[in-house]
Amino acid sequence: MPMVEVAGKSFEVDEEGYLTNLADWNQDIAAYLAQEEKVELTDSHWEVINFLREYYEEYQIAPAVRVLTKAIAKKLGADKGNNKYLYELFPYGPAKQACKIAGLPKPTGCI
Amino acid sequence: MFTSSENIDPDDEGGVIKKFMFVNRKAPYGTIYALEGLEVVLISAAFEQDVSLAFVDDGVYELKKGQDTKALGQKNFSPTYRALEGYDIEKLYVERESMEFRGLTEDDLLVDVQIVSAAEMADLMVEQDVVISF
Repeated sequence: MPMVEVAGKSFEVDEEGYLTNLADWNQDIAAYLAQEEKVELTDSHWEVINFLREYYEEYQIAPAVRVLTKAIAKKLGADKGNNKYLYELFPYGPAKQACKIAGLPKPTGCI
Repeated sequence: MFTSSENIDPDDEGGVIKKFMFVNRKAPYGTIYALEGLEVVLISAAFEQDVSLAFVDDGVYELKKGQDTKALGQKNFSPTYRALEGYDIEKLYVERESMEFRGLTEDDLLVDVQIVSAAEMADLMVEQDVVISF
């Protein structure tokens, strides 16, 4: 497995760059992964990332995009729980990019 | 997967919605069947079919509350059954005979289910277009 070095510590990622050990995750790693994805993190990005961390904590899976969108709409309001908003934050897909930055595995069923 | 579906008019797909039942028969750990079955169910949700789950035999243990897998060194995936509702998978059937034979009641289960008799379960299976057993 490939290793990446962040702030003097090395971490294992899979062949697609997803963090192997969920527990390794911290804000520095998130910043590194975001940089790799060419995403500049703002408070709005963190809101989604933190939401995903909580979702994973509760259900032990990374949600499919449709499920994520619906769950965000429920918790943060319809102005955030929609495709346009989430794709503006994560152009290559909220499930793929946001999950990666949040240190979660790739969503099940995501191709 | 998601972006391409935006360009598809659902009326143009000509898709017939089929009734799929995933039958869970095995204990959650010890074999990979339960976890694989659950993953297939989650993937199937993307295809917007009429999905239901059946839990029979040792499969009822998959829904048991309070699973602790530390000693097994495996991930406890039971919380994921609670995510099914968010995937619009709301038809979960548990066979009464299997449940009672194992000394379990509805209160021991971590999600809301419909308890059905073996005969009712057989009827449900007959109604399906596709039955996949794990």
